[in-house]
This record gives sequence, C-alpha cells and structure tokens, in this order.
Amino acid sequence: MRNQNQSRKYVIGGMVLLVSVIYLFRLFYIQVIDQSYKLSSNNNSRLRQVEFAARGMIFDRYGKVLVFNEAVFDLLVLPQQVKNFDTLDLCGMLKVDPAELRESLKKAREYSRYRQSPVVRNVSPEQIAALQEKLYKFPGFSIQTRTQRKYPEPIAPHVLGYVGEVNASDMTDNPYYQMGDYIGKSGLESEYEEILRGRKGIHFMLVDVHNRVQGNFDNGRYDTIPEPGRKLTTTIDAGLQQYGEQLLAHKRGSIVAIEPATGEILALISSPGYDPNELVGRVRGQNFERLMNDSLNPLFNRATMSRYSPGSIFKIIQALIALQLGVLDEFYSVDCNKGIIGCHNHPNAHGLREGIRYSCNPYFYTVFRRIILQGKSTSNFRDSEMGLSTWTPMAKNFGLGQVLPVDIPGVKPGLIPDVAYYDKIYGKGRWAFSTIYSNSIGQGEVETVPIQIANLAAIIANRGHYFVPHFIKAIEGIDTIPRKYTRQIGTGIDSRYFDIIADGMAEVVYEPGGTGSRARVPGVVVCGKTGTVQNSQGEDHSGFFAFAPKERPRIAIVAYVENSGAGGTWAAIIASLMIEKYMNGSVTQLDKEKTILEYQQY
Amino acid sequence: MPDQRTNFIARLDWLTIILFLVMVVFGWMNIFASTYDPEGAGSLFDFTQRYSKQFYYILTALFLAIVVLTIDSKFWSFFSYPIYVLMLLVIPLTLLIGREVNGARAWIFIGSFSLQPAEFVKFAAALALAKFISRFNFQILKFRTLAIIGIMIGLPMGLILLQNDTGTALVFLAFILVLFREGLWWEVLAIGGLAVLLFVLTLLVPLPVLLPVISVIALGITWLYQRNLKFFFTGAGILGGLFVLAWLTGRYIGKEFSLTYLFFIASVIAFFISLLIILRKKHQPLLLILFTWIGALIFIFSVDFVFHEILGDHQQSRINQILGLESDLLGKGYNLNQSKIAIGSGGFFGKGFMQGTQTRYNFVPEQSTDFIFCTIGEEWGFIGSLIVVGLFSGLIIRLIILAERQRSVFSRVYGYGVVSILFFHFAINIGMTIGLVPVIGIPLPFFSSGGSSLWGFTVLLFILLRLDTDRYEVVS
Ligand SMILES: [Zn+2]
Repeated sequence: MRNQNQSRKYVIGGMVLLVSVIYLFRLFYIQVIDQSYKLSSNNNSRLRQVEFAARGMIFDRYGKVLVFNEAVFDLLVLPQQVKNFDTLDLCGMLKVDPAELRESLKKAREYSRYRQSPVVRNVSPEQIAALQEKLYKFPGFSIQTRTQRKYPEPIAPHVLGYVGEVNASDMTDNPYYQMGDYIGKSGLESEYEEILRGRKGIHFMLVDVHNRVQGNFDNGRYDTIPEPGRKLTTTIDAGLQQYGEQLLAHKRGSIVAIEPATGEILALISSPGYDPNELVGRVRGQNFERLMNDSLNPLFNRATMSRYSPGSIFKIIQALIALQLGVLDEFYSVDCNKGIIGCHNHPNAHGLREGIRYSCNPYFYTVFRRIILQGKSTSNFRDSEMGLSTWTPMAKNFGLGQVLPVDIPGVKPGLIPDVAYYDKIYGKGRWAFSTIYSNSIGQGEVETVPIQIANLAAIIANRGHYFVPHFIKAIEGIDTIPRKYTRQIGTGIDSRYFDIIADGMAEVVYEPGGTGSRARVPGVVVCGKTGTVQNSQGEDHSGFFAFAPKERPRIAIVAYVENSGAGGTWAAIIASLMIEKYMNGSVTQLDKEKTILEYQQY
Repeated sequence: MPDQRTNFIARLDWLTIILFLVMVVFGWMNIFASTYDPEGAGSLFDFTQRYSKQFYYILTALFLAIVVLTIDSKFWSFFSYPIYVLMLLVIPLTLLIGREVNGARAWIFIGSFSLQPAEFVKFAAALALAKFISRFNFQILKFRTLAIIGIMIGLPMGLILLQNDTGTALVFLAFILVLFREGLWWEVLAIGGLAVLLFVLTLLVPLPVLLPVISVIALGITWLYQRNLKFFFTGAGILGGLFVLAWLTGRYIGKEFSLTYLFFIASVIAFFISLLIILRKKHQPLLLILFTWIGALIFIFSVDFVFHEILGDHQQSRINQILGLESDLLGKGYNLNQSKIAIGSGGFFGKGFMQGTQTRYNFVPEQSTDFIFCTIGEEWGFIGSLIVVGLFSGLIIRLIILAERQRSVFSRVYGYGVVSILFFHFAINIGMTIGLVPVIGIPLPFFSSGGSSLWGFTVLLFILLRLDTDRYEVVS
C-alpha cells in the first residue's frame, strides 16, 4: 500500500477551507456591509426604463448626409401591470386592428411579465398627443420616444443595409439586446453595428410590490445616460452613386468604382435596387416581403454576390502570370488559327499588346498552355498538375478565389480552381491541360464577383498592388480606420509587366481593332478591357473593366449588364460615363447617356 | 469477507447521505422559489414547470443512488475502463445528433426529454484515473505515466471542448488535485497557482509595476530554497541594479521608448551575463533567481500577447468584467451585475422564501440553473450563504476523510476524484455569482435545476459511498 503522501490531505483540506472562508468574507461584504447592492428595506425592486440612443448618422465622402434619424413613438406595455381596459378605445385612437394588438400583447407576456415590450410601433405625433391625455385609463402602457432611419436620397440600399428588430438569436448572442431593440441587419448598418448604435441609457426606478414608481433608485447612482452612436463617414461619392443607379435603372447589372490609390469604394451599384426608406417603420414588413418575392431579386447585391465567369478580362491575369514566370515576353506573337479554340476575325496579334487589343483567344490559349505545361515532367498529367499548382496561388494573389474582406457582409469568394479541385472531379492524375484549357480565356471553372474585377482594375492601375476595397473613411472619435484597409497588398508580380498590360488596355480603347472604343472619355486616357460572360440561361452578360487616366489613375471601375449580349457595348458605355462623371463632375457625352437611359430590360 | 462485524446499512456513511439530502431538498426549494409562477398553469407535479420536472429528477436520482449502492464494489473497479470508453463514445454522438443549447452542442433530445452526456463523463474519468493509479508498481513521477494520465484527462476535455462547452471541459483540470495527493511534484500545484495569480496581475497591474513585484517573488522563492544571505543579497543587488539602469535609460531616452521593452532587453542581457558567471563559478541560486525571473517575464509577455492578440472580444470582455476593468452593465456585464445585486440585496437574513424580487422577476438570467445561488443569496441572505458554503465545505472535508480511510488505492483515488470535481464546481460556481472568478457556465452540484447534472453528481457521490462500505477490503 502506497500512502506516503498522506500529509497532503491537509493541503487539500486547507484549500477547501481557504476558498470557503474567502467566499464567506466576500459574501458578508456584499450582503451585509456594502449597502450599494441594497434596495429599500421594504422589499422594493427596480424598474428599468430604457432610453434609446440615436443611431450614428452616415455621410458620403464629401460630408453629404446619406442616413439620418427622425423621432418616432412606440407604445410599450408592462404585462404585469395591465388591468382590464377598453381595447376598442385604444385601438381606435391608434388605428390598429384589435386582433393585432391582442397578438402583440400575448407576445409581450410570453417574453416577460416584468419587462416592458413594445406593442404598437411608430405611432404618429398626433395620435400620441391624443393618447397622452387618456393614458391613465390604460395601466401598464407607456410611451417611448425612439429614432428611426431616414434617407434623404433613395440611394445605395445595398451598401447602407437596413435596420430591424432584434430576433431571438441576437438576444442570446449578446445580452445588450432586449426585446424591441433594433440592430443593423445588413450592409454597413450590420458591419458597424457597435459603432453606429451607441449605447442605450437606463433609468432605474424604485417601485413597490405593485410596481408603482416610487422615485429614482439610489438617487440615480446606477443610471446611465444614452450615448449616441458615432458618425460614420463613408468613401461613397453620393453624386457618382446616384448617377450610376440612374444609368443602371431598368437593367439587371452592377457597377463598382474604386479609388486605386486607397482602395476606397466610390460607388457600388446593384440593379435592380430599392428605396431604403421602404424598409423603415410600419411599412417595413410588407415591403420586405414584396422585395423578397420579387423575381428580379432587388435585395440581392449583385456587385458582391453574383458569380460570373470573368471571360476575356481574365486574359490579363494569364498574361501577367506568364510574364512573371518568364514563359512569355512582350514581343511574343501567335497566329490566330482558330484550330483548338475559336476566335473572331482580326489581324494576327504581333506581341502581347496586340494580343490584348484583339482579345485573341488562341493567343491566350497558348499563354496558358505555356504556364501549365512547362515540361518539368515527361508525363502530361503530372506536368499539368505541377503547372496548375504554380498557377493557382499566383492567380489568388490578385484577390480572387477568396472573400475580399470588404466591410459589408455577404461578399462571395468566387473560385480559382486548384489541383485538389480537379482531382475531386476527375480523379488524381486523370486530367491534364486539355481538361482545363478554357480557363485560359476565363471561361472554364474560374468564377469572380464584380467587386473582385474592380479590384483587379485597381491593381493594374497601381501597377501591381492593392488595398482591400472598403467603405469606411472615418469614424467619429476614432483616429484610424481598421488596419486591414490601410495595408498595401502585393501581387508578387513585377510592376514593369503591368506597364505592358496598361499599354495593351489603352490600345483596346484607342487603336483600330480594339474592342472597347466606346469607353473613350473626352480628355482622359482610359485603359479598359471587355469581358463577355457566357450565360447558358439566356443572352450573354456584357462586362467591361477599366481605369483612368492611364498615368496616375484616379478611378478603377467595372460594369456588368446582364443578358445584354456579347461585346462590351453597354458595359463600356456605362464605364465611360461613370469615369467622365467622376473625373469632370459632369457628363458631356449626352448621346451615349441617352442610349443607356433608353435601354430598358424591364 | 474480512469484515463481518457490521452490516451494510451500518457501514454506510450516513453523515454524507444526510448532507446530500439536505442539499437536494434545499436546492429544490430554491428552484421552486425562482421558477414558480402564480399565474402559470398546472399543478405541482404535472411536468410542465421547472420545479415539477426537478421533483421527478430528484426521485430518479434517489432511485439511481439505491441502484448504485446495490452494485458490488468490484463492478466499478473491474468495469472502470469500459465505462470510461463508453462515455467517451457518447460525446461525439452529441456532435452528430445533439442539439445546440446556448451555443453548446452538448445535449441529446429524446422527445421532450434532454440529456447532457458530459455530466456522466466526470465519474467515468474519475473511475478510470483511479483504476490506472491503483495499478501495481504505479509510479507517478515518470514521463510515460504522466503522459497516459494527460491523455486520460485530455481526451474527454478535448471532446467536450468540441461541443463548445468550455465550462464542463475545465472541470477536468480539477484532477490535478488527485495527482497532487498521489505524489505529483508540489511545484506543479504551486506554479499552477502562481500562474493564475500572475495572469490576473498581468491584466490588472501595469507591466512596469508588475516586473518589480515578480522580482520580489523570485527572490522569495530563492530564499525558500537556499537560505543563504549572501546569494540572496547578490540576487537582490543584480535585480535592483537592473531596475535602476532601466529607470535611468528610460529617463534619457524618453517616453517613446517603452519602459516595458527596456526591461525586456535588460533582462535578456542580464540573462546572458549571469549565465556566463554561473557557468564559470556554479552559482546555482543565482541561476534559480534568474530562471524564475525570466520565466515570469516570458509568462507575463505571453499573457499580454495572448490576451490582446489571440482571445476574441467576447472572452476578453468576460475577463475584463471579472477584473473590474470594464463595466458594461447592459451588455456583457449584465449577468454578473444582476447576480451581485440579487445576492447583495439579500442582506443578513434575506427577504424570505419566495420573496426575492430580483430573482423572481427575471432580472437574473438562468436563475434556476447556473445562477441558483442568487436565489439563495437573495431570499436567505447571508445566513443562507453561510449554510450553503458550510454544507459544501462540510461535505468536501467529509469526503476527504472518507477517501483517506480507504485501504485500497483505487477507492482512495476515486474519493479524491469526487473531492476534486465537487470542489471545482463549488468554487467556480459560487465564485462567479459573487464576481470572484470569470463567468463559466457550470452548475452548483445538487442545487442547480436539470436532470443530467443531478444524476451525474449523485452517481459520482454514491459510487464513493458504496466503495466506502468495503473500506476494509482492498478493491483493485
Ligand atoms: Zn484571334
């Protein structure tokens, strides 16, 4: 029998006694000595009265108001105090359906008999005035002032997001929220919820056993005054945003414009959209349902969530990777023989710039082939595998195939396939370049979302680096914006190669045979590239991405118009108008503008 | 049978059973007080209310207790490993078919009835540990042994962590007391305690203040080991010199150069210089001061780093609440503040049975489960607190006595397993309601409402009582 450590029982017993003694001291202190936890001697308790904080306002980059608040009134109930009352009288005054009132009273009772819950929302000031006089007839009911969101211009619904009442999981996730509180549900309202909401204030009132208010609890020692939410300045250019929405009206599509030097998002448009004022107040419920059921899907943010094949735009990535790997030089030429991969009719491309200008498919087929098949293995399958595993991370360096940490929720990652991806589909060693070559022209498995393409334009504008696109410009009372938005991210590709690409993209717009001549802007050198998104469901989508001016670029942009057919027609014109609007403040190409505005899909 | 002198009933430890019954009954009264709704439908025993459900749980627990007492002692020893393995297999099951409650996927629902398997892993782990330690020629201070024990305790901890039930997982750390009793180096317990102390101090006290404190502790430890004044003063001299140096450099270089980093650089230089001296002249005491100091320093910096860089906002603020650095009375500090108000408002004699306004009016969340002590504190006042703390310390001390009187190692180790688990639950649960330890959601044994925990603790306790009836035998 081993029992040599018997004396240690005293240590363990001692620990138990020590903890017990410490706890008893502490308990004696908070229960007997410290009077601050005491309520009054005759079993009184406290009633919490919440005073809401005004939500922080949101501004555009020039200080123009995008979102502000207006005062509204709610009718609250404390179920425990409710006596029999004239339901019809109350309903008549507030113009609500008695059945509806009974339903919300039931909900309030189920939540808590001892806490206040709202029963009627957004009562008008006139109705409140009438009710105020008769409130004594309705024990348990009280009126609360609150603010609600208001939008001076009905723009940027997908960026701003909307605010709604907390649900059960919001309340369990964070005890700050209680029944009837509001929370940002999407967009910036959700992303910056803690900054925008501020902090509600609380008055603790002394009440007797019948819950009649007896006065302030402990002279207001525990009261907190509401702290208003902080103001948020966004990077949005309200004028540009509004103009973009106008251009996309009655079309399905999206536009994203970024300032390349900072990653600041100047405009983000998804069409169709909706008037953000529709999702506020009493009309919110029915409007939300209508928008949800709309077949055009106006709640869906196409700019961050629509996954498209990048099409010809992706040829730029292929060229950059090939240049960096040393398997391509700027003078490399390819005969457009249309043998393996189709093309349109154009002169043979002499050098990379012309390859980009003519957007020649065989050219980039060859480029991609040179990246993937470098002859490092005698087996075609093994060689393809090695080539792709070099290619995937380089392509991902452009911010593709991953969620760009933009400051609105729901951004989609798109897809950059890797070896594991094809192994899963075809089996290991059972696929080769011949299986994956359509990616050379952006038509295979690769998928991108529009904001990634706008970011790609910014990368080329910056000649090789980017800042994560973001909406936050300044937060009131805080000196900096999150570090992730000020950190320069490289692509691992030498900047000199980007100069070649920029030349090619300028030729697209200005040289004969270029596919983007409609993107020209008076007085500004635009570099751009068309990209048709093949669509098995119907007409192809038209896409165009660009930056301008060529030197010291100030704007990088992408535009998509869904189902508008091949070529850059619609998208290039939209990009042109947006660039002119941003660079010059006004638009002179009125014929182009007219064409766009007259084009209506629904 | 070596012991025929007394019969089974007489050999039972009735003191423990009485303590158990008092706790369960007192617990139920408080559950009743905190959940009884005068307007709620149903009678006392209709299974729709918490207190009525709890009534049936208690009956079931008593039945389980009797079943456990009728099973032969050898059964628990013989089947300890199979029971352990079986319980381990049940946990992953909750990940597959379980349902999420309060963020933890720890519950299995059978109809309207819910079971939390983790509650039964505690006694299984205690049995397995007892079985392993009671092996012939068991030696605790061997790497292999410690590794196996680490796995035995770590496996259920890991699985329960996967369920996102951090509180229950932490309970298994309590087994360190068992290992201590069985001969683990006392330094492990001491360093563990010191680490907790340092952790709290790091977050409470600014680093430049903390560092001298650590140095003094290091000197103290050296003094304990080597009662040699010469070495003590040499060490104090070196450390003192370093601080003066740091202070002077700080003055000349200015504020931009943080004092903290200065200390860090100074200590690294000091480390190498001293190492050189020690290697040449073999001044072990100096080595000890140095390693304690450097160790503490690294620990402080890593706590600082982990706290600010690795822990999420949610965990950070929980810790800040406890240390009183943050008082978000509406947000994350809500539970704690309400809990303290409820207990504090109880006064000396309490507000009386069912008169607690704080707990009855739903001000305190989870007032019948993890925060049941609030109801006790509010309605029974300091007298109630005294009774509950007394009951627990009485029970645990009694169990230590029971464990120590076992002739078989298996029974003794199991006894200490029970002691450790109950002590941990008691210390953490009551500590959190009065704001002395972080809010970790674990129940107060025999008091909190809920079937699984009550049954788990009952089985845990009554296996020990059964083993105790055979205390004159060597069960192995
Ligand atoms: Zn061609």
